[in-house]
Amino acid sequence: MTSIAGLRDLRRRTVPPKYIPVLVTAGLFLAMFVAGGIRYENFATGQIILNVFIDNAFLLVVAVGMTFVILTGGIDLSVGSVVALATMLSASLLKDGWPAYAVMALVLVIGAVLGLAMGAIIHYFEIQPFIVTLAGMFLARGLCYTISTESIPIENPTFTDIAQTRINLGGDLSVSPSAVIAVVVVLIAAYVLHYTRLGRNVYATGGSEQSALLMGLPVARTKIAVYTISGFCSALGGLLFAFYSLSGYGLSAVGMELDAIAAVVIGGTLLTGGSGFLLGTVLGVLVLGLIQTIISFEGTLSSWWTRIFIGLLLFVFILLQRVFSGGSRRRTP
Amino acid sequence: MAAPAPILRMSGIGKQFPGVKALDGVDFRLLPGEVHALMGENGAGKSTLIKVLTGVYDIDAGEIELEGRPVAFSSPLAAQQAGISTVYQEVNLCTNLSVAENIFIGREPRRLGRIQWKAMRRRAEEILARLDLDIDVSAPLSSYSLALQQMVAIARAVDIDAKVLILDEPTSSLDAGEVAQLFTVMRRLKEQGIAILFVSHFLDQIYEISDRMTILRNGTLVGEYLTSELSQVELIGKMIGRELADLEKLEERPPAGEGAPLVQAEELGRTGAIQPFTLTIHEGEVVGLAGLLGSGRTEIARLLFGADHAGTGSLKIDGEQVSLRTPRSAVARKLAFCSENRRAEGLIPDLTVRENLILALQASRGWTRPIPRRKQDELVDKYIAALNIRPANPDQLIKNLSGGNQQKVLLARWLILEPRLLILDEPTRGIDVGAKTEIQRLVAELSDGGMAVLFISAELEEVLRLSHKVGVLRDRKLVAQMDNEGLTTDTLTETIASGARS
Repeated sequence: MTSIAGLRDLRRRTVPPKYIPVLVTAGLFLAMFVAGGIRYENFATGQIILNVFIDNAFLLVVAVGMTFVILTGGIDLSVGSVVALATMLSASLLKDGWPAYAVMALVLVIGAVLGLAMGAIIHYFEIQPFIVTLAGMFLARGLCYTISTESIPIENPTFTDIAQTRINLGGDLSVSPSAVIAVVVVLIAAYVLHYTRLGRNVYATGGSEQSALLMGLPVARTKIAVYTISGFCSALGGLLFAFYSLSGYGLSAVGMELDAIAAVVIGGTLLTGGSGFLLGTVLGVLVLGLIQTIISFEGTLSSWWTRIFIGLLLFVFILLQRVFSGGSRRRTP
Repeated sequence: MAAPAPILRMSGIGKQFPGVKALDGVDFRLLPGEVHALMGENGAGKSTLIKVLTGVYDIDAGEIELEGRPVAFSSPLAAQQAGISTVYQEVNLCTNLSVAENIFIGREPRRLGRIQWKAMRRRAEEILARLDLDIDVSAPLSSYSLALQQMVAIARAVDIDAKVLILDEPTSSLDAGEVAQLFTVMRRLKEQGIAILFVSHFLDQIYEISDRMTILRNGTLVGEYLTSELSQVELIGKMIGRELADLEKLEERPPAGEGAPLVQAEELGRTGAIQPFTLTIHEGEVVGLAGLLGSGRTEIARLLFGADHAGTGSLKIDGEQVSLRTPRSAVARKLAFCSENRRAEGLIPDLTVRENLILALQASRGWTRPIPRRKQDELVDKYIAALNIRPANPDQLIKNLSGGNQQKVLLARWLILEPRLLILDEPTRGIDVGAKTEIQRLVAELSDGGMAVLFISAELEEVLRLSHKVGVLRDRKLVAQMDNEGLTTDTLTETIASGARS
């Protein structure tokens, strides 16, 4: 037995298979960056990457919440609608003269409560997450239109300040507060996933819900927690989107749930749950953002090419996942 | 023997499921520092009793006392915190997590809420060292064999401050060496005063390790006995409630009439799975395959059934050269394969007994020609009766049946197709003596009726009892084929060990 363990030791000295999808995504990102740098002038600068962060801060935050959900083996389709609802609520409440920070707090609470409710329904009534969050998606989108069917501009000074502030990082580099918030969210989430019981329970639940239950883990709390986190992240993403667009509109962020899922999958997280890293999700969002950047540098291509590339990438990564999960399921004799 | 006060006492336990009375007035007690075997056929209520004890199910009647205080656990977690840990038959761990995490999850060493990974790995290594295991604790559990996963499960259970350790069929996937290792661990735990509740279908293991046993039959208590005072024959009699005449009848096997060769494999092989082998199976012949876990037994079966592609060699059925590219083409040639892993690969738990039974027949007809309901009922009733499937209710969901009865349903599914070669991969693993005997008798009857059977089992005695010819496997190679005349388990064991045609 020791010799077997020794052999495995040797094999593991190379790259553990669980890191391979993340490394592939990282490699892809680097390759795209280098290729862009060779093809276009003024491309290979730090600001390009920072711009990707700035333009996709809201998507990054939403994708972080989605990562929690997907790690438990679930899915959350409501995120795009909750983003829209958050922008809509902010815009209309600010128009009514509410103080900016009270609006932010209220929006975050509403997002978290929506997530909590969906999580509780999913767990206690044992209904597929797909259906429950689909209902949540329609509900949140519908609530947007009860507020207004028109776009509402945001003129609140706090919001416009945040939107226009640029934090100088030295050199010619600068970022928006939204990007900083997104990075902080990523760091907190990565810490939670790796260093807290909640995080490990998320992985355990995604690995095998039945086993997690029999091991005495709080599966109910974990499942409800991930949807609450996702709801909170969507609301926060909505606020960032409001800073970015300075308006609230019921038709904004249509299909963002799919972008978030795509980013998570491209980041190497298994849709069946239990395997993946937050760093992968960050890389996934960066890859999506860089595709857009390259297409805008190209100039002649329409923005729909972004979709085509994302579609192709998704195919490749799902196939990759299939290869890895197929390999690990085979029992070692 | 001055009995110390029992650490656990269950009295008058009753549990009702829709349509089934799973437990009825069962008493059970567990003394500190003993290994107590819980015996009974499948469906006798062993698993239910354990699940009631550990809080997976509520009880409908009766009470449970732990250390003299009445308790009722609402969940496995509550039972665990009170000192009752369970290792189930199927390894209930998360294979995507590391070994160390699987031991500690839920009680990770923390400082200010931050998990101390280093301390966790070090402590995991210490715990495993106590069980004489030296493995990389940061590797994912999925990279280890089922047997090692089981040991990790036990390590987890033991490290939780356990007063009562429940081992529900821990040995069904272990080989002899690993079982011995497990028993060493169990004896050490026993010395520490832990009460161990042990469930196993291997009677030899029960007699080797247990001090006392409680026997259940059909959800009721038969009695509690000291292991040393109850012979194996008496035990089986009490478990199945009838004499063992059935078992004895099988001992006289008529030799197989020399039928025509049905399946001829010539140098058939697949890289990494099984070295090229030559094997002929005649009509009406039972060919047994013996060998250790992972020696290539299942791989042979999968090649013959077309579930894997052969890399080399050729396969003839009825003297006609064939290439089985998929199981479908094997089914079309009247081969049937009852797989080893009945839960994962065979049964569909949420369908009823009837639906599971006719699945293969329907598949072979194609979905455009549904089987008439009357024909279905006729077939289902016939096979439920023939195989003595209990409960005999075709509309029961398959997941509510016990392991042995699930196995019978799986068998019946293939028998409906009236195959000419039936491949049985470990058909009797994890099922009780009664059901085992019935399946063995069925195999004998089928082969007398002209069906060829390829019989794979880890139990050498069973292979010898049924087979006309035995193939021995070792290290993914078919090392010997012997006619079953005067063969003993000793000769087989020697052949497996030496691995050569001597």
